[in-house]
Amino acid sequence: MKPKKKNKGALAALPLYIFTLVFVLGPLLYMLALSFMTRAETWGVVPEFTLENYANIFQPVYLSTFWESIKLAALSTVLVVLIGYPFGYFMAKLTAKWKKRTMMLLMIPFWTSSLLRLYGWIIIFRAGGVLDSVLMSLHITSGPLKLLYTYPAVVVGMVYALVPFMIFAVYSSAEKLDFSLVEAARDLGATPFKAFWTVSLKLTLPGLLSGVVLTFVPSMGLFFIADILGGNKVVLVGSLIQEQLLKAHNWPFAAALSVALLLLTTLLLFLYRKAAGVKDLEGLV
Amino acid sequence: MDGSLLELIGIEKSFGDAKVLQGISLTAAQGEFITLLGASGCGKTTTLRIIAGLETPDKGQVLLSGTDMTHAEPNRRDVNTVFQNYALFPHMNVAQNIGYSLKLRKAPKEEIRRRVGEMLELVQLPGFERRAPGELSGGQKQRVAIARALIGKPRLLLLDEPLGALDLQLRRQMQLELKRLQKKLGITFIYITHDQEEALNMSDRIAVMKDGLFQQVGTPAQVYDSPKTSYVARFVGAANLIHGTVQEVRGDMALFTSTDGSGRFLTRGHAFAQGQPVTLALRGEQAAALEDSGREEPGLMGTVKEKSFAGGMLRITVGLPSGGEFACFRHGIDSDLAPGGRVKIQWEPAAACPVDL
Repeated sequence: MKPKKKNKGALAALPLYIFTLVFVLGPLLYMLALSFMTRAETWGVVPEFTLENYANIFQPVYLSTFWESIKLAALSTVLVVLIGYPFGYFMAKLTAKWKKRTMMLLMIPFWTSSLLRLYGWIIIFRAGGVLDSVLMSLHITSGPLKLLYTYPAVVVGMVYALVPFMIFAVYSSAEKLDFSLVEAARDLGATPFKAFWTVSLKLTLPGLLSGVVLTFVPSMGLFFIADILGGNKVVLVGSLIQEQLLKAHNWPFAAALSVALLLLTTLLLFLYRKAAGVKDLEGLV
Repeated sequence: MDGSLLELIGIEKSFGDAKVLQGISLTAAQGEFITLLGASGCGKTTTLRIIAGLETPDKGQVLLSGTDMTHAEPNRRDVNTVFQNYALFPHMNVAQNIGYSLKLRKAPKEEIRRRVGEMLELVQLPGFERRAPGELSGGQKQRVAIARALIGKPRLLLLDEPLGALDLQLRRQMQLELKRLQKKLGITFIYITHDQEEALNMSDRIAVMKDGLFQQVGTPAQVYDSPKTSYVARFVGAANLIHGTVQEVRGDMALFTSTDGSGRFLTRGHAFAQGQPVTLALRGEQAAALEDSGREEPGLMGTVKEKSFAGGMLRITVGLPSGGEFACFRHGIDSDLAPGGRVKIQWEPAAACPVDL
């Protein structure tokens, strides 16, 4: 009986396999192949095996770009945790009615293009923009802050774009938290902080850890935020790849950079999973 | 000596518009086993949560060993709770659960290990240290929850329907075990249940609760034999209630009449006047349904409605002329009485207890 059942299940999953093969594995292999080819003189590639593309990555200018990307991703993730965790945790404690409303407020921005929302930030950040006029009319600052096209602007944009994912991940974990466990901890002598630390945090850790993955991985590649809010001052791996592909037309090098980014992210995730000691990050890693 | 360990003074508590506690007062002595008995929604869990510090009363005071602790945080109270759903920490094993409070107090590891072992011995789960809560049966979880609450040597242990989720046989066994534990440790227990048998079996005193008020606080014998109110009589003793009018009072003996007949009862210190309405509680096993002999004797007249045998007793349901029913119990599997037969219900005057409505 059992093998039969298994076969049936596999058959039902067949479309998924085909989809994955065609749209995920195919492009990946194509990218991998490209990364070992040689750039043509004018346009496109020549199928001539080379390792030069990978060797190029180790030039200091590109290495530092990778390093900058990791630093920005890490900083954004830390800020997203600090904002998103409490938000998601307390959202789970709201009444059903307010949970729904809060969820709605979080979802509405997703109905518009993320690009448009970033242009919104430009209006806020630019010299003499919304932020400046508010701060100046309150006499907190005397002149324009010139925040647009700076590192902080990029960080704000990243955090803004990614914080909902953290909130959703933490919320789904915190909603399952049985509050009587916190009461039991308090009853057994724990201060509110100790009860949170030993019970609530431990039991919502899977959500937090998934949220970190959901934040860190995309922030390694979110090039358009750095482009739009950072001008050309903040160069990340993502922007570098885009530049090599679309402006320099160096497809093999762009592919090699992409493969390197993929490997780096996978490695970081692997290390992270080891360090977190959690086997199941809610099915993410 | 003022030996009261816990004192509740005029506790009131509302949630929104619902007044859950309407002014309850209670004292508990060191080593006493007190049960809060009542149907669900009567406010017993809220009372427990106020003692534990998980709720703050709107009015009234909570004194522990004479100190006002009404607004003290739960972690500042020498009180531990066994929660209804056990509330074991799912991310810790049995030893970590039980040792939790000692770890908070930064006790040395060796001492925690030793004390956890002792507690597991006490609740008869030796060797269970490394098990996860998810691997335990309901009864085992219960024992772990009790061990976790007792390891800090509280002076007061609160138990919220601890046996509610267990099957009947296990309940009986755990009742005996809990009583044994309580005697051995000399800790005051405040125990919540809606099962009157459990309350009668285990308690030194029972507080019968209804609608946020104590109907009666007394020993099991007092509550069972001399219920103060009709609710206590019905809830604890499953007693029949008779409504009548006092006909005459002679010393401590009184006679009442009703549409169903007449009968005698002891006044038990109440002052009754002729013509005063009275409600009596009369338990089925203390009343006898006899074939109507036609003699002029006090008793309630009725017709046998049905007979059923349960728990070693024959239950005879008698329909009264007023439309009510009266349940009599007698030993044995059957009687001569047949459904439809005319009977008279009679009792010893001491068996009928006057109660407040």
